[in-house]
Amino acid sequence: MSAAAFRLVLIILGMGVVTYAIRLSLILLWGRVSVPHLVQQALRFVPPAVLSAMIVPDLLQPGGTLQLSLGNPRLLAGVLAAAVAWRTRSVLLTIATGMLALWILQAVLPQ
Amino acid sequence: MDSRRSDFLDGVKAELPILLGVSPFGLIYGVVALGAGIPATLAFAMSSVVFAGSAQLIGAQMLGAGAPGIVIVLTTCIVNLRHILYGASIAPHLAHLGRRWKCLLAYLLTDEAYAVSITRFTQRPASSSGPLHKEWFFLGAGLAQWTAWQASTAVGILLGTQVPPGWGLDFTVALTFIALVVPALTALPSVAAALSAGALALLAAGLPYKLGLIVAAICGTVVGLLVETRRSTAGHRR
Repeated sequence: MSAAAFRLVLIILGMGVVTYAIRLSLILLWGRVSVPHLVQQALRFVPPAVLSAMIVPDLLQPGGTLQLSLGNPRLLAGVLAAAVAWRTRSVLLTIATGMLALWILQAVLPQ
Repeated sequence: MDSRRSDFLDGVKAELPILLGVSPFGLIYGVVALGAGIPATLAFAMSSVVFAGSAQLIGAQMLGAGAPGIVIVLTTCIVNLRHILYGASIAPHLAHLGRRWKCLLAYLLTDEAYAVSITRFTQRPASSSGPLHKEWFFLGAGLAQWTAWQASTAVGILLGTQVPPGWGLDFTVALTFIALVVPALTALPSVAAALSAGALALLAAGLPYKLGLIVAAICGTVVGLLVETRRSTAGHRR
């Protein structure tokens, strides 16, 4: 195995181990430890924080530079998809609308 | 019919509608992972070793961007931290089981299997008779989810090399996350957490080793917590 492939295997194993440890921890330790209230409260904000931190740069910095203009197709398509997600709560419809909007905008907007 | 078997099948059935949303997600992961330069076998192996959609997608993207392994593993930790909550909430229902059951079900504890199982455990349908074998129901939901995830990942990997980059299929990652986060933004603290994390992710984009995501996620979480505690103390004073 090449060094690069070996590194990849180690990273994937590492990701698997931490994921499994997180999932197993409280199921196994139930009754023996209690999660402090503040931590429980904080954990509820992790999903919106993580997901937004992944979304916003994809929309506003496609290719690495900030594009806060109407000429940025990913920003417009993303905002439209967010509106669809809010109204329908459907993952499928959100992705379909967003991709369709991206393709149309890429064809229509000046590059 | 054996009641364990029927509880298992009930779990599978409860999971089926959700699989409609899961399958495109798996497909997208397969395409993105290949696009990031991960060999097909390892991309497929990640689906059973890690078995967590959002973490796999972000992990694949970070691998493609050349982020260091330790940062990728740390980011996986943050992205999957929410499973601690699932564990805490489902643990009392599994407390009577042996260690083997617990270890097996923990592996299958995804967002989807959790959502379906906890709903069934806490709201009994009127039609049911006799005690529910919770572990068999959970196993049914979890295995249905697992099978759909492996199959859709495999299809994505098979299609992956044939998708031209001009289609911008990597954008589906952001769209999937939008579909997951937007409907959950119903109260001010979570909106504050989302907005501040998003803004910080932009500001921190220049940080080395792709550390920006971790910094933004931690700060957003703290902001959400601060807004919530402020609101509740203001409520007490009134």
